[in-house]
Amino acid sequence: MVENRPFLDFMTHLVLITGVIVVAFPVYVAFIASTHEPDAFVRGVMPLLPGDNLIESYSTMLKSGLDIGGTPPVWLMLGNSLVMALIVAFGKIFISILSAFAIVYFRFPFRILAFWIIFITLMLPVEVRIIPTYEVVANLGMLNSYAGLTLPLIASATATFLFRQFFMTVPDELMEASRMDGAGPMKFFRDILIPVSVTNISALFVIMFIYGWVQYLWPLLVTTEEGFYTIVMGIKRLMATADREPAWNLIMATVTLAMLPPVLVVLFMQRLFVKGLTETEK
Amino acid sequence: MQTKRSTYQNRWLPYLLLAPQLIITLVFFIWPASQAVKSSVERTDPFGFKTTFIGLENYAQILADITYLNALGRTAVFSVSVTLLSMGIALLLAVCVNRVLRTSKFYTTLLVWPYAVAPVVAGVLWWFLFNPTIGLIPHLLDWFNINWNHRVSGTQAMILITIAAAWKQVSYNFLFFLAGLQSIPQPLIEAAAIDGAKPFKRFWSIVFPLLSPTTFFLIIININYVMFDTFGVIDATTKGGPNQATMTLVYKIYNDGVVGLNIGSSSAQSVMLMGIVLLLTFIQFRFVERRVNY
Repeated sequence: MVENRPFLDFMTHLVLITGVIVVAFPVYVAFIASTHEPDAFVRGVMPLLPGDNLIESYSTMLKSGLDIGGTPPVWLMLGNSLVMALIVAFGKIFISILSAFAIVYFRFPFRILAFWIIFITLMLPVEVRIIPTYEVVANLGMLNSYAGLTLPLIASATATFLFRQFFMTVPDELMEASRMDGAGPMKFFRDILIPVSVTNISALFVIMFIYGWVQYLWPLLVTTEEGFYTIVMGIKRLMATADREPAWNLIMATVTLAMLPPVLVVLFMQRLFVKGLTETEK
Repeated sequence: MQTKRSTYQNRWLPYLLLAPQLIITLVFFIWPASQAVKSSVERTDPFGFKTTFIGLENYAQILADITYLNALGRTAVFSVSVTLLSMGIALLLAVCVNRVLRTSKFYTTLLVWPYAVAPVVAGVLWWFLFNPTIGLIPHLLDWFNINWNHRVSGTQAMILITIAAAWKQVSYNFLFFLAGLQSIPQPLIEAAAIDGAKPFKRFWSIVFPLLSPTTFFLIIININYVMFDTFGVIDATTKGGPNQATMTLVYKIYNDGVVGLNIGSSSAQSVMLMGIVLLLTFIQFRFVERRVNY
């Protein structure tokens, strides 16, 4: 701080506290709604203080799901989301660290072409190529499978870029010394390059895990069997019944459970999260 | 493009290393995208027996279609309002966090977590708060004699999705603005203070101009976010309605292709959207990257 201005300090804290409250408010209301019984919502306005139905709401959703909405138990959808997020995160890191290694540490014909083919994926998010990608996945027989859920999301130019940038900053001497000691490229990759990249890998992992978890449109298209529903898309099935008889407490219990894992990842791995975010996007 | 000073010589290993990523890119990106281009110049009869080449007719139809132009306009309005709202709030919060020294970590933690909330979940949260029968906000608005019903009013539906989409994006913009603010050399600010510039003056004549690379970068990222990632927000709240008032380009592709099964038109729309993304990426590289250096 440059000078002492008590009034401005007061205003600063006021703005920040208001900001924190506004940001948290929708989630608070959703959580409160999940602690009430269904008939708490017929009386007019939504409740703002906790009810006593917390355990009931969550255990109903976790164990049996909502029958009329055709949703499976929430623990199953949470499991699917976890599997999907993990495959997407590991998969992206695995394929992009290998390709970045090839692009930086080898000189070979068509190197630039390969780089551009990878680069072009930046411009083709799933949302713009929904139908043709769906057709490819359907033709490969991968509807309702973890492969179909994850493979089309796995190719990532951003991760390749990040690793390429990072590898360029790794001292050349490391590679030269290891070569002089008789280590081949894969030994250098495994025993030197991977260990020095651990922080970058974990930062990227946090971001890609969240990316995989929040996917909505793609799981909605490729899964028709309840066994493969992810939690984020399962919410859509709950909403479909909401027009008839809004089981608000159950919907909001599911919403809370859908938010919890990635939010916890951000809160507990904040340093890695910030590093990952600022490096992948810039 | 650079490699290392010394590189490995190997005939087949680099291709093997590149293979997983290249195969996935070719199968799930390049091939579908080329299929989209192909079916955008074709018409398939309703039973899928016959496909005829019709040239640019799908494109001509789209550009003459009032609902498409409407969606284009809606997307522009939506993009601009979400970008302004979320970046404005994020900048205010970042400036405040940058001012407090001891508690900045604490506030940052409490402000960044919505990044991890799925867009569709953000949509559901605000849809609940704005629910015309039991929602808290329509109830409060009643005191001001404002009748809230986003199922009827297109403007209100647009306000709802703007708030939901902006709420989720504030955390992201906040982090980048904060990083930008922290990279501004402190002596600059101190010198201005000694010369008698008050905090607001210092902000507008020193801090804000120095933040311009961050601001430009965020504008591009935010427009990208609004164009693609807000699908979930719209699907959870308004589904493009009422009367197409919140129909964005991506939602229309989904609606025409997956729900309406008009593959030709939907593909042509996809191709046009790819063009728009290409243009945005080009602007980002040509225009923004050059300005990143202070």
